Amino acid sequence: MVVTDTLSETRLSQPILTVRGVSRGFARGSGEIRVLADVDLSLRSGEIVGLLGRSGSGKSTLLRIIAGLIRPSEGQVVYRGHPVGGPAEGIAMVFQTFALFPWLTVLQNVEAGLEALSVPAAESRRRALAAIDLIGLDGFESAYPRELSGGMRQRVGFARALVVEPTILLLDEPFSALDVLTAETIRTDLLDLWTERRLPIKSMLMVTHNIEEAVFMCDRILIFSSNPGRVAGEIEVTFPHPRNRLDPAFREMVDDIYAKMTARPSTGAAGQMPRLQLGSRLPPVSTNVIAGLIETVAAPPYAGKADLPEIARTLQLEIDELFPVAELLHYLGFAEIKEGDILLSSAARSFADLDTQTRKKVFAQHLLASVPLAQHIKRVLDERPGHHAPRVRFEQELEDHLSDGAAEETLDSVIDWARYAEIFAYDDQSEMFSLEDPGG
Amino acid sequence: MPESAIRYAGLTARGLIPNRWDVIAFPLVFGLLLLAAKGAHETLAPLSSLKEPVVSLDPLNLPEYALRTTLRMLAAMAASLLFTVTYGTLAAKSRRAELVLIPLLDILQSVPVLGYISFTVVFFMSLFPGRVAGAEAAAIFAIFTSQAWNMTFSFYQSLRTAPRDLQEATRNFRFSAWQRFWRFEVPFAMPGLVWNMMMSMSGGWFFVVASEAITVGDKTITLPGIGAYLAQATAEKDLAAVGWVVLAMIIVIILYDQLMFRPLVAWADKFRFEQTGPQTAPGSWFLDLLQQSRLLQTLTAPGHQLLRALARRRFAPLHSRSTSPSETRSGALDLIWSIAVAGAALFAAWRVIEYVASGVGWDDVLNALKLGLFTLTRVVVLIAVAALIWIPIGVEIGLRPRVAEKIQPLAQFLAAFPANLLFPVFVVTIVHFDLNPDIWLSPLIILGTQWYILFNVIAGTMAYPNDFREAASNFRMRGWQWWRQVILPGIFPYFVTGAITAAGGAWNASIVAEAVSWGDTKIVAQGLGAYIAENTAAADYPKIVLGIAIMSILVTAFNRLLWRPLYAYAEDRLRLD
Repeated sequence: MVVTDTLSETRLSQPILTVRGVSRGFARGSGEIRVLADVDLSLRSGEIVGLLGRSGSGKSTLLRIIAGLIRPSEGQVVYRGHPVGGPAEGIAMVFQTFALFPWLTVLQNVEAGLEALSVPAAESRRRALAAIDLIGLDGFESAYPRELSGGMRQRVGFARALVVEPTILLLDEPFSALDVLTAETIRTDLLDLWTERRLPIKSMLMVTHNIEEAVFMCDRILIFSSNPGRVAGEIEVTFPHPRNRLDPAFREMVDDIYAKMTARPSTGAAGQMPRLQLGSRLPPVSTNVIAGLIETVAAPPYAGKADLPEIARTLQLEIDELFPVAELLHYLGFAEIKEGDILLSSAARSFADLDTQTRKKVFAQHLLASVPLAQHIKRVLDERPGHHAPRVRFEQELEDHLSDGAAEETLDSVIDWARYAEIFAYDDQSEMFSLEDPGG
Repeated sequence: MPESAIRYAGLTARGLIPNRWDVIAFPLVFGLLLLAAKGAHETLAPLSSLKEPVVSLDPLNLPEYALRTTLRMLAAMAASLLFTVTYGTLAAKSRRAELVLIPLLDILQSVPVLGYISFTVVFFMSLFPGRVAGAEAAAIFAIFTSQAWNMTFSFYQSLRTAPRDLQEATRNFRFSAWQRFWRFEVPFAMPGLVWNMMMSMSGGWFFVVASEAITVGDKTITLPGIGAYLAQATAEKDLAAVGWVVLAMIIVIILYDQLMFRPLVAWADKFRFEQTGPQTAPGSWFLDLLQQSRLLQTLTAPGHQLLRALARRRFAPLHSRSTSPSETRSGALDLIWSIAVAGAALFAAWRVIEYVASGVGWDDVLNALKLGLFTLTRVVVLIAVAALIWIPIGVEIGLRPRVAEKIQPLAQFLAAFPANLLFPVFVVTIVHFDLNPDIWLSPLIILGTQWYILFNVIAGTMAYPNDFREAASNFRMRGWQWWRQVILPGIFPYFVTGAITAAGGAWNASIVAEAVSWGDTKIVAQGLGAYIAENTAAADYPKIVLGIAIMSILVTAFNRLLWRPLYAYAEDRLRLD
C-alpha cells in the first residue's frame, strides 16, 4: 500500500471549486426559514473534504447546490471559473440510498451515465467494464440491484459515478445505509484506490454525520452547526493513510470534535445551551431512549458522568442518534452537556431508581417546566370549556417557526412525551388534543 | 397476485386532485359531448345509405368474428397507450395543464361509456366517407374510453411519485429529458401501467361486445364480431348460437390470458421497484418461448436495436441549463390562465344547458333524477349483497393458498368475461317465469363486476401476515371476534379496491342491463340506465345528454362521498406494512 501525504500538494494548488456566500431559504408566512446561511468553502485538487454536521444542518442541501441540483437563494458556486447553473460536467454524485435503477443490470447501471453523454457503445462498454473491475464488482455485471447486498449496491453506485471520469466526486452519506463491517470495507477500499491514485477524480467532498468516519477519511473537516446551517469550524487532519482509529492522536481529535459539536459558541455564555422556546424544534426521541440513557450514565462505570464519544462507541450510536437524546436531557434538566461530557443532575440520578409510575410523575414535572410547547398545549386545554383543541391549531403556530416536516415532527414528539407523562391525550383519528384519560 | 391488486388501487388514490376544478371539468366534458351531438345531427342523413353488413349465425364464422373483435381491442389499446403517455406526461410535467387535465380525467372516468356511444358512432361515421371505417372507429373509440382513464391515472401518478434520489441521479448524470423519460420515468411507471392495461383489457371485452351492434334511431350499425353475433342470436332467439358465442369468448379470453396477459406481467416484473429480495416472480411459458426462440430473436433484433438507439439519443444539447426545475411562479400568468379556463368552462356549461333545455323540461330532469336514484339503489344493494357473499368465500379461499392459486386465475377470468353474453340466459328465464324485471334484471348489472370483489378479497387474505393469524389462534380469537378484529380490517383496503371497480362497472352495465330484449320481447327495469338506452334507441339527443350528465354526477358524488373517504381511511388506518 502506498502512503502519500497529499497535504503539501493541496496547499499549493488552486481551488477547483469555490462556494461563495451561499444561502438557501424558503418562504414561510411573513418571513423566511433559512436552512443554509452564508457558506463559503473551496475544494482543491488532491484533497478529501468532509462536511460534518447533524441532520437539519443543511449539509446535504449544500452538496446538492454544488451538484447543480438545487439553486442557492444567494451566493454562487464557481467551478472551473464558471458559475454552476445546472448539473455540471465533471461533478458526479454517490447517493446514500444508492439510487440505482432496479430494472437495469449492474453493467447497464454503470453505463447509464455514459449513455447520457452519448459515448459510443463500444467505448462505453470498455469503460464500464474497467470501472466495474476497479471497484471490485467483476462477476456481478449481469446481476440486478435487488439481487445484491447493500455493500455491493453501493459499489455499483461508486462505479457508476467514477465511470464518467469526474473531476469532483460528491458523496452524500455514502456509508450510512450500510452495516458497520461493510461500510469499513468499502471505506478502506476507496481510500486505497485514492492513495494509490487509481481514481480518475481530483477531489472528494463527503457529507457525513459520523465523526470517526470524517477523521478516518478526510484531509479537512468542515463542522456545520444547525438552524440555519453554517460552517462553525474547520479542522485539518494531517494523519497519513492508512489511519489507525486506536491511535491516541486520532482519538483525541475525535473527542475534540465532539466537544466542538456540543458546545454552542454562537449562543449565550461559553458552552452554555439556551433554553427551549415555543417554536423550538423537538427531536423525535422516545421516552424509552431517554430513560435508557439516564440509566446507562447513572450506572457504573460512569456513575453520573460520561464521555459522549465513549458512550457513542459502547452503545453503537451515531451522533445523530446520541446528540438529540443528550441535548434533550439537558433541556429537561436531567443533565448538563459540557465539552463532550454528559453530567447527570440529581433529579436524573434519583429518576434512575424510581418505579414506572413515579418516573412518569417526575417526567411530567420536568416536561411542563422546560418544554414551552407542552406547557402551551396544556394551558390551552385547561382554558377551553370542553378541554379539547385541534392539532391544526398548534401546527399552524409552529409553522411560523419551522418547516412543514419539522412542525409535524415536533408536535409528534411532544404528543409522545405527553402521553407517557399523562399530561394530556391525543386522538390521531380526529386529530384532537384533550385532557381525557382513556383509562378512566 | 396480491401485490398487483394493491397497485391497481393506485388509480383511485387521488390525493393530488384539486376538487374545485371539477366545476370546470364537468362543463368541458359535456361541451365536447355536445359538439359530437351537433355533428351527429348533421350527419344522420348519409347513414340511411349505409349498407349493413350481415352477420351469419354459422358457428364456423366465429373464429373470424373473434379475431376482428380482438383486433378492435388491440387497436383501442394502442390508442389508449398513446393517449396515456402524452396526456399523463403533460399533466405530470406542467402545473397549469395539471390543474385542468386531472379533474377532467376524473370526470371522464365517471361518464358512462355506453351512454355517449350514440354520439360517437354518428360522429365517426361522418369523419370517414368509407363508412365501415367510421363504424369501426366509433367502436374502437368506445373501447378506448373504457380503457384509457385508469391507465392515464396510473402513469401520471407514477411520474409524480418517482423517487427523488433517482431523479437526482438522472440529473446528476445529465440525462436529457428524452433519455430520462425512457430510461427512468417509463420503466418506473411500467408495473402499474401494465397492470392497469390488463385490467382495462379485461373490462374492455364488455364494451366491445356492446359496441358492435348499436341502434341509433331507426338505424342499426353492425360490425362483424362477437358482439354482433350475439345481437343477431338475440334477435333470432337462437339459444344454441348464444352457447357458441359464449364458448368462442371463453377460448379468446384464455388465449389472451396466455399469450398476452401473462407474458406482459412476467416481463414487467423486472421493472418492479421494491429492492427486496427475490419472491415468487410471475412466469409465463409464452414469454420464455419468445425469449428462447433464436429465430425470433434474430428477426426482431433490428427493431430492438432501433428502439434502443432511439431511447439513447439525447435530442437536446449536452449543455442545456433547463434541467433544473423552474421555481418561479408567475402570479399574473396563473390568474390569466385560471380566468381563461373558467371562461371556457362557463361558456361550455351555458351551451350544454341551452342545448339540453331545448329538448327537455323540468319534468324530465326530475324524472331522470328519480330514475337515477333507482339505479343508485340497485348499485348499492348489489355491492352489499356481493360483499356479503364473496367476502366470506374469498377469505376461506385465501386462507388455503393451494386452493387460492387455482381459484385466483378463475376469478380473473370471470372478471374479464363479458357478462352481457350471458344476459340472454337471464332474459329467457325472466320471460319464462314472468318475473318482476325491476328486481330480477338488477343482478345483471353486477354479474360481470362482482368478481373484482372476490379476487381482491382473495388477494388480501393471501397477503395477510401469518404472524397475525398465529397470534389470533394463540389468543383463541374465534367466530365473530375473529372476523371483526382479525381478518376484516386486514382485507378492508383490498375489499374497497375491488368494490370501487365493481361499482364503477355496475353503473356502466346498467345501460345495457336495465333494458334487454329477446327476439321481439323487450324487458325494461325502471332506472337511469334504461332511460339512456331507450333514448339512444329513439335518438333523442337532449335526453341522452341529460341522462349521462345525471349519471356522471351520481357516480362522482358516490365516489367522493363514499369511496374516497373509505379508501383514505383504509390507506391511513388499516395498512399492514
